This record gives sequence, structure tokens and C-alpha cells, in this order.
Amino acid sequence: MNAPLLDVRDLTTTFPVGSNLLGRPKAKVHAVDQVSFSVARGEMVGLVGESGSGKTTVGRSILRLTQPTSGAVSFDGTDILSLKPSAFQAYRRRMQLIFQDPFASLDPRKNIEGIIAEPLSIHRLLPRAQWRDRIAELLGMVGLTPEAMKRYPHEFSGGQRQRIGIARALAVKPDFIVADEPVSALDVSIQAQVLNLLQDLQADLGLTMLFISHDLAVVEHACDRIVVMYMGRIMETANTADLYANPRHPYTRALLSAVPSLDLDRRREKIILKGDIPSPINPPSGCVFRTRCPHATEICARERPVLAEASPGHAVACLRAGEI
Amino acid sequence: MIRIEAPPVLEVRDLQTWFDTERGLVRSVDGVSFSARPGETVAIVGESGSGKSVTSLSVMRLIAAPAGKIMGGSILFRGRDGGLRDLVTADAATMRTLRGNEISMIFQEPMTSLNPVYPVGDQIAEAIALHRNLGRKQAWAEAVRMLELVGIPASATRAKDYPHQMSGGMRQRVMIAMALACRPLLLIADEPTTALDVTIQAQILELMRQAQREMGMAILFITHNLGVVAEMADRVVVMYGGRVVESGPIDQVFRTPLHPYTRGLMASVPGSPFRFRDARGRLRLQAIPGNVPDPRHLPPGCAFASRCADATDACTAAMPVLEAVAADHQVRCLRWKELLP
Ligand SMILES: Nc1ncnc2c1ncn2[C@@H]1O[C@H](COP(=O)(O)OP(=O)(O)OP(=O)(O)O)[C@@H](O)[C@H]1O
Ligand SMILES: Nc1ncnc2c1ncn2[C@@H]1O[C@H](COP(=O)(O)OP(=O)(O)OP(=O)(O)O)[C@@H](O)[C@H]1O
Ligand code: SF4
Ligand code: SF4
Ligand SMILES: [Mg+2]
Ligand SMILES: [Mg+2]
Repeated sequence: MNAPLLDVRDLTTTFPVGSNLLGRPKAKVHAVDQVSFSVARGEMVGLVGESGSGKTTVGRSILRLTQPTSGAVSFDGTDILSLKPSAFQAYRRRMQLIFQDPFASLDPRKNIEGIIAEPLSIHRLLPRAQWRDRIAELLGMVGLTPEAMKRYPHEFSGGQRQRIGIARALAVKPDFIVADEPVSALDVSIQAQVLNLLQDLQADLGLTMLFISHDLAVVEHACDRIVVMYMGRIMETANTADLYANPRHPYTRALLSAVPSLDLDRRREKIILKGDIPSPINPPSGCVFRTRCPHATEICARERPVLAEASPGHAVACLRAGEI
Repeated sequence: MIRIEAPPVLEVRDLQTWFDTERGLVRSVDGVSFSARPGETVAIVGESGSGKSVTSLSVMRLIAAPAGKIMGGSILFRGRDGGLRDLVTADAATMRTLRGNEISMIFQEPMTSLNPVYPVGDQIAEAIALHRNLGRKQAWAEAVRMLELVGIPASATRAKDYPHQMSGGMRQRVMIAMALACRPLLLIADEPTTALDVTIQAQILELMRQAQREMGMAILFITHNLGVVAEMADRVVVMYGGRVVESGPIDQVFRTPLHPYTRGLMASVPGSPFRFRDARGRLRLQAIPGNVPDPRHLPPGCAFASRCADATDACTAAMPVLEAVAADHQVRCLRWKELLP
């Protein structure tokens, strides 16, 4: 296979929290901890995990909307974390973000034409005279009519607003898109429309996509490969069919078994995890999953598992992956 | 276990709950009927705005007047004394003795029903003292026992915590402890796990199943998540635009959905067995075109007609009736017979 479009190495992002009398932070949240993965051209990679596992922070760190603490992100062969802001601007055009909340992510005071024109004006890709045609074309691509241009966000339903957000992201012809929970706020019939649209656009425009979601059924449906996160770390990664058929990490197994299934014949015994997700300020020593893992032994408190390939393309971070 | 021989605890007949708003009359619930027996879980499923919450708030008689009003129908509830009451006409004092006692409710966001300034144990103890005639000390001990029952570790200590000191999953457990404290005959749960992570959701669903096995109450489970319905429900009521479009035993409705909306909904869920492969060999969802209708401007005939691939002129002429297709399975579609798979 050719070189990946995006390669993330040992990405680590911490946030300071609280402060002492001198205003110095007392502690830090380990939001993303030594995360490595790559995304091939034209691939749709799903980043899944429960709330607080660090998915959004990974996406924002890649786009430099959040300053990573350490690690490297290479995009099309260039180390983009070390670029000066002016040099990064060209890359920023090629990497766009789609947000979860179609209600909060569109400026209510601008009409749709103004909203989609904004990235065109920032990146000066087209002469102004051509904006209208381009905006009409973009609206068509996401299944809306050019009449939408003169209307305001509140006049649209949630699904339509999400289409507008997608059109805005596509305006500057990106090759890479981070979609952060793009369908989580939508009703299921509308969610299906937007998922189908994203699949079509990805195929037609040859987009590469990092698809962030907490919903395992959604990523299974949409993505070629899956990265499973827990407390800022990658637990397991594999191509989609392989991960769902042969989950190897105890966390992935529990997560998959917890997903309610529509299939009445699969109302099966579940792996019910005990307890809650621990505090990210004081993550457990060794394996972060050990406080809830049904297979944990004393070694799991001492050693930190590394993500290691168990079979081609299928990597697991578990000290006991071979035994269980 | 469902007690088949037992008469229903709850029987809702032709319920109509409307809101008079500045922007027009909203027929949020318009002719809804269903019933629930002891030990049975009945799920109400539908997309946002279909009238699920208004149905459950009507049963609790928590519809905010004067804008909202139950305009018609009956809500028959069989109490602990065996007597049958119509909650639509019951007086406020009767409702106060029933709520939190014989009928209790849990919501999506526990913070809306927990008081932030009191420790959680006090709140449960107060509910117990109110309905069960126990002294303060006994009520507190019972509250601690309930917290233990719902799986809160070190419950005697955690009972002194304030709601904000707990995680979302823990708070939902506290809500359930409070709802179960008086051993209700009917538990109404409105999206109880929607705000939770999937591993925590699995814990809470298991907890509800276990409590039902032990206490035998009926559960009215409201959700938009069809997977949760498949896991929890004995019977399902599918709502669209304030009306029931299909209802019946889960094994019938989910294996052979008869209403085009039920079918569409099931085929639009990622991971659904009703998905199909397109010409490129990709798995595709069957998206339902268009949007959920505005309840202020429902069309005269079938409310689903504008999105239904099988609609004909007859569908928009008059409202289809809810027709019995089997003993306990009903569908509101003019063409269900022709469309049989
Ligand atoms: N700006 C910030 N300051 C402090 N902590 C933060 C900040 N942003 C995120 N965090 C913390 O970092 C961790 C990871 O958060 P993140 O939003 O990346 O998770 P997520 O996987 O996207 O979760 P969700 O599914 O809820 O969106 C969490 O513990 C969160 O509280
Ligand atoms: N207090 C109110 N005043 C006016 N209209 C209301 C009120 N409460 C509900 N409605 C309307 O009644 C309809 C049904 O609302 P309901 O809350 O029952 O929907 P739901 O099925 O529970 O949806 P969701 O999945 O979003 O919770 C909606 O159109 C809603 O806007
Ligand atoms: S390393 Fe230990 S605690 Fe972690 S997942 Fe493997 S068995 Fe469980
Ligand atoms: S009545 Fe007509 S429009 Fe309505 S669901 Fe049936 S076929 Fe479709
Ligand atoms: Mg997030
Ligand atoms: Mg609701």
C-alpha cells in the first residue's frame, strides 16, 4: 500500500486542571496518552470509545486546534506539528472538521450563503464572482437546493443543518476530514440519510476520513478500520470485519457485548463491566483498564501494555492477549 | 415473569393530550391506547417529537396546565388495593399518594429530579418516610439498603454524598433506588440510559431487569433506541406524529414489522439485519426520506404519507384506522395486507 495520508505517532495531550495559591496547575488530565495510528488515502477510520476517552482531543490535536504535549503528526509526508502558523495554513485547508452539534456549529446570524462562503474567503481559493455557483454546487452535493442560500440556520431541521455543516467542510476541497460525532445528535431515520451521504461523498470525492463516534454500530457500518480508545490510550485496532468478529482486548469484548442489538436472536448473555471509568487525573498504574477488567492479575498493575500486532493489521494492548 | 393471568396494572385508552401554544394547537398525543400487565415491559418507541414523553407525563398527570391538557380518553390504573381508578379524573390528592409510591418515574437526566443541596441518602429516606410510615432512622437504613441493591459500593458512606459528587451512571442508580424504594406497581422510565455510556447503559438495563424479576412491577420504557427496545421489551408501541402506528409483542413486531414506518425505522439502524448491499457491494442503510412532520400541521390522512414509498392517493384522503392483524398486534396502514412481505 502507498504511504498513509495521515500518520500519528505517540501523540500525547494533557490539560492542566485546578491551581494552587501561586496559580500553578495542581494536576493534569491525561486526555491522550501515546496514541499512534495512521490513515491511508481514501480510508475511513473509526475512532471509538466512551465519553472522556480522548477522541475529540485526538481530532483537535491533529488539526492543531489543541496544542499536543508531545508526539508527531505527519500529513502527506510533512510533520505538521512543527510548522509555523503561516506554513500550516495551506495544510489547514486540506484538513477540515465536521462537528457533532449542528445547532451550535452554525452562526445563527449568517445566512447559509455566508456560512459556506466563510472558508472560501479564509482560504482565497476562488475569485469572489464564482462563490455563488460553488455554494450552489455544494448544496446540491449534500442534497439541498440553492434556495437554501438565503435562509438562516434556525429554519432548518437537525439533519439539514448537518448537511450544511458538511457542505461548509467540503467548500475548500479538503482531502482529509475529521468528523466528530457527525450523526450522534440526529434521529435514526435522519442519521441514516447523513451516513449514506457521507459514504457517497467519501467514495465520489476520494476523501480520507477520521470518523469519531461513541456508537459502535455506526462505526461498524461506516468505517474500514477501527481504533478503540479507553482513557486516552488505544486498546485495540483492526479492520472492521476482523475487530467485530474477533475482538481480542477484554475492553473491546465488553464494549461490543454491551451494544444493544436489534437482532432478537442475539439477545445474549452480556459481559457487564463493574464500576465506573476512573479519574483521568489519576489513571490506574500499568493497564488503565485493570480496575474494570475481568481478566486483570497483579502484573496488570505493574506493567503498561504496549500496542502490539497480534495478527497482520490487528494490534492489541493487553498483557494477557495471548492467554485469554 | 409476566403474569399473563393478572389483569393489567395500566390501561391507556384513546388518550389525547394537546398543547395550546402561540404557534398553534399541538396534538402531541392523539388517540393512544396500550396496556401493561404486572411484570411486563412495554416500550414506547419513536423519533423525537412523536409524543413519547407527553404520553408518560400524562400517566403521571404532570402535564403543565393551562397550555397542556388531557382532552380525552382514560388512564385506568389498578392500585395496590385492587381498585381501578381513572387517572385522568383522579383528584390532586390521590395523584400525590400514587406518585413516587405506586407509580414512579425515572428520567433521562437524573439531575433534574435530584435535589442538588441534599445528600442522596436523605432524598431517598424522605420518599420512604413519606409513603411508608417509617421513622427517620428506619427510613435512612432502608435508603442505604436500596442504594446497595442498585449496586452502589460502600452505600452507607455514599448515601451522604451530594448528587454532583457522583458520576452520571451512579446518579442514575440513585434515581432508580429512589423510584423503587416504595416498591411501585408501575415504573415509568423515560430514556433512562440515553445520556450514559454503553457499558454503563448495560449495567443499568441489567439492574432494571433484575429489579423487575424481584419486585414484579410493570415497566413503561420510553426510548428512541430500537436496540434497547429489542433487549428490554415484551411488547412495543411504535409512535409517529402523536399516534400509534403499530403495536404488539416484540417477537412479532421486530421480526415481521408491518407498518412501512416501522420497517423503515428498523432498516435505518446501523447494524440492523434489514440493511442491504448496493451495486458497489457496500452495506447501505435504508434511509427514510424527508423529515419528521411538524405536529402543528399534520396532514389529513396518514401522517407518514409524505415519506412513505408505498403511499397512494387513498392514504392522504383519510386517516387509516388502527387495525388488528393478530390477537395482540395492531397496525395503522391502509395497505398493510398488500404490502405483506
Ligand atoms: N480543554 C480541556 N481542559 C481540561 N480537560 C479537558 C479539556 N478537553 C478535554 N478534557 C478532558 O480530557 C479528557 C478527554 O476528553 P475528550 O473530549 O477528548 O473525550 P471524548 O472521547 O471526545 O469524549 P465524548 O465522547 O464525551 O465527546 C476528558 O477527561 C476531558 O474531561
Ligand atoms: N410543554 C409543551 N408545550 C408545547 N408543546 C409541547 C410541550 N411538550 C411537548 N410538546 C410538543 O409535543 C410533541 C411531542 O413531544 P414529546 O416530548 O412527547 O416528544 P418525544 O417523543 O418524547 O420526543 P423526544 O424523543 O425528543 O424526547 C412535540 O411536538 C413537542 O414539541
Ligand atoms: S493488561 Fe491486564 S488488565 Fe489490561 S486488559 Fe489485559 S488482562 Fe485486562
Ligand atoms: S397508509 Fe399509505 S402512506 Fe400510510 S404507511 Fe400505509 S401505505 Fe404508507
Ligand atoms: Mg468528544
Ligand atoms: Mg421525550
